[in-house]
Amino acid sequence: MKQSAIEISGLRKSFGKQTVLSGVDLTVPAGTVFALLGPNGAGKTTLINIMSTLVSPDEGKVNVGGYDVLTERDQVKQNISLTGQFAAVDEVLSAEENLRMIGRLSGLTAAQSRLRTMELLKAFDLVDAAKKRVKTFSGGMRRRLDLAISLVVSRPVIFLDEPTTGLDTISRRALWDIISQLARQGRTIFLTTQYLEEADQLADQIAVINGGRIVASGSAEQLKARVGGEVIELLNAHDEVIHTVPTTGSIQDISRTLNDLAHSVPPGTRVNIRRPSMDDVFVALTANKKEVLHV
Amino acid sequence: MIAADKPVKPASLMTTNLVFISRSLRHSLRNTEALLMAIMLPVMLMLLFTYVFGGAIDSSGDYVNYVVPGIILLCAGFGSSSTAVDVSNDMTNGIIDRFRTMPIKSLSVVTGHVVASLARNLFATGVVFGVALLVGFRPNASFLEWVLAIAVITLFILTFTWLFAAIGLVAGSPAAASGYGFALLFLPYLSSAFVPTDTMPSWLQGVANHQPITPVIETIRGLLTGTPLNDSAWWAVGWCLLILAIAFLWSISSFRKKAGRR
Ligand SMILES: Nc1ncnc2c1ncn2[C@@H]1O[C@H](COP(=O)(O)OP(=O)(O)OP(=O)(O)O)[C@@H](O)[C@H]1O
Ligand SMILES: [Mg+2]
Repeated sequence: MKQSAIEISGLRKSFGKQTVLSGVDLTVPAGTVFALLGPNGAGKTTLINIMSTLVSPDEGKVNVGGYDVLTERDQVKQNISLTGQFAAVDEVLSAEENLRMIGRLSGLTAAQSRLRTMELLKAFDLVDAAKKRVKTFSGGMRRRLDLAISLVVSRPVIFLDEPTTGLDTISRRALWDIISQLARQGRTIFLTTQYLEEADQLADQIAVINGGRIVASGSAEQLKARVGGEVIELLNAHDEVIHTVPTTGSIQDISRTLNDLAHSVPPGTRVNIRRPSMDDVFVALTANKKEVLHV
Repeated sequence: MIAADKPVKPASLMTTNLVFISRSLRHSLRNTEALLMAIMLPVMLMLLFTYVFGGAIDSSGDYVNYVVPGIILLCAGFGSSSTAVDVSNDMTNGIIDRFRTMPIKSLSVVTGHVVASLARNLFATGVVFGVALLVGFRPNASFLEWVLAIAVITLFILTFTWLFAAIGLVAGSPAAASGYGFALLFLPYLSSAFVPTDTMPSWLQGVANHQPITPVIETIRGLLTGTPLNDSAWWAVGWCLLILAIAFLWSISSFRKKAGRR
């Protein structure tokens, strides 16, 4: 059995009267990518802050990298790196100075720090902006620098709170590559995201948090299976779904179903075979609490 | 290339402090407006007091010798007040969270601001002394007296910088930090900085004679221009050390509270 990088049991946290986490249990095996999904305000950032020692839990046990976040803070800090939801960079310094500062603070020598800075500037496509003050950076550049900073030294557990929010498609793809690469090196990655495709693509395991609890967890396939299997959709000329029939997805089943339907549908009807997406999973698991917006 | 090499040992406290000091010095040098203000304002005040008010306060023309120590302290107080804003900026920006998740003493970020403030203010003090000599300030201090005077000024700057750092830590925003800091800057006016306290109404004399700025000013004045020191040096050092200790402990506890257990 693989060792766990993160183990949480019975975690509760309230801010004043507001209960944000009401009994969270979670295990992340070492060397895997874990994605946490949930609506705004569900407590994703709070959970990450607790795991990275910024916020104390009210109740429950939280172990990161084998250490307790309350009693072994210093050891936990040596095992993690955090990229928060909002960029944590020094606006007055340049990109290069930011990276070198964090390098030195992380224990690199000045020379090592300079070398590492160059590597990261290249990897995150910031070479041209290296000497500019961060104050003048665009949102996406700032985000890239923020991510680069958190990779200055090697830490076994990496927290990324909505890492790709605000990145353009190319930068997002590049970051996905980097995350996969880190996972292949055996790092554990815990990320939150609002992009379900991202969780689908990257994560070995996905959990959905809602109402202070983990309401579902498993692989993308397992979660999709929970909201139902594949369906055959019939669409009218305006692309509106007029009929859906569940299917096993085998050619026999599909052809039988279509044969049965062929005589009863109006001309011009088209067919679409659809597997449930992560969006369907997300909506099914969190819709109960959300009110429908009427525009 | 994304892979960093092997795990590294965390930075020592010494390195951490040096890194944060150099960060704050860079901040200071790049905030040219604040730097200019910290030098220009005391210089303007000195010119104002010697040439505009000076004649009315003391027509003998000797007023410049009286007022320079007060201007120096005003300069130091004003210069260190920007520490409150610097610290508050860091605490309200996400960067403090990054420092706090690293295996370092994150209070060093405040130490960095304090040391930079000290450097900034000693430089500004030097400039003010220079201008003072140009407008007729004539100290008669020996070398030892100069050294002692500079030591007292340094202690005063350090004390007020930590006090402003604590204010920056408890203030809700950089703007609030700047406001609280401003209130403290009235203290020198209620002291013997600009006029002898025996010219004030008696109730005010009570305040002015017993507030910490007065003995500090009397000490610097005594060391530089030979006015009687009496026991003001002891009071000056005592007050500074007391306030320094309180401000330091206050900083540590509010840093823990603010950045800590939420
Ligand atoms: N320091 C705090 N003091 C008081 N309330 C807080 C604090 N931090 C978070 N909260 C509250 O806790 C709840 C969860 O916040 P959190 O930031 O963890 O949500 P999230 O899942 O990250 O949301 P989003 O998707 O918008 O980032 C919110 O209602 C928020 O108002
Ligand atoms: Mg969040």
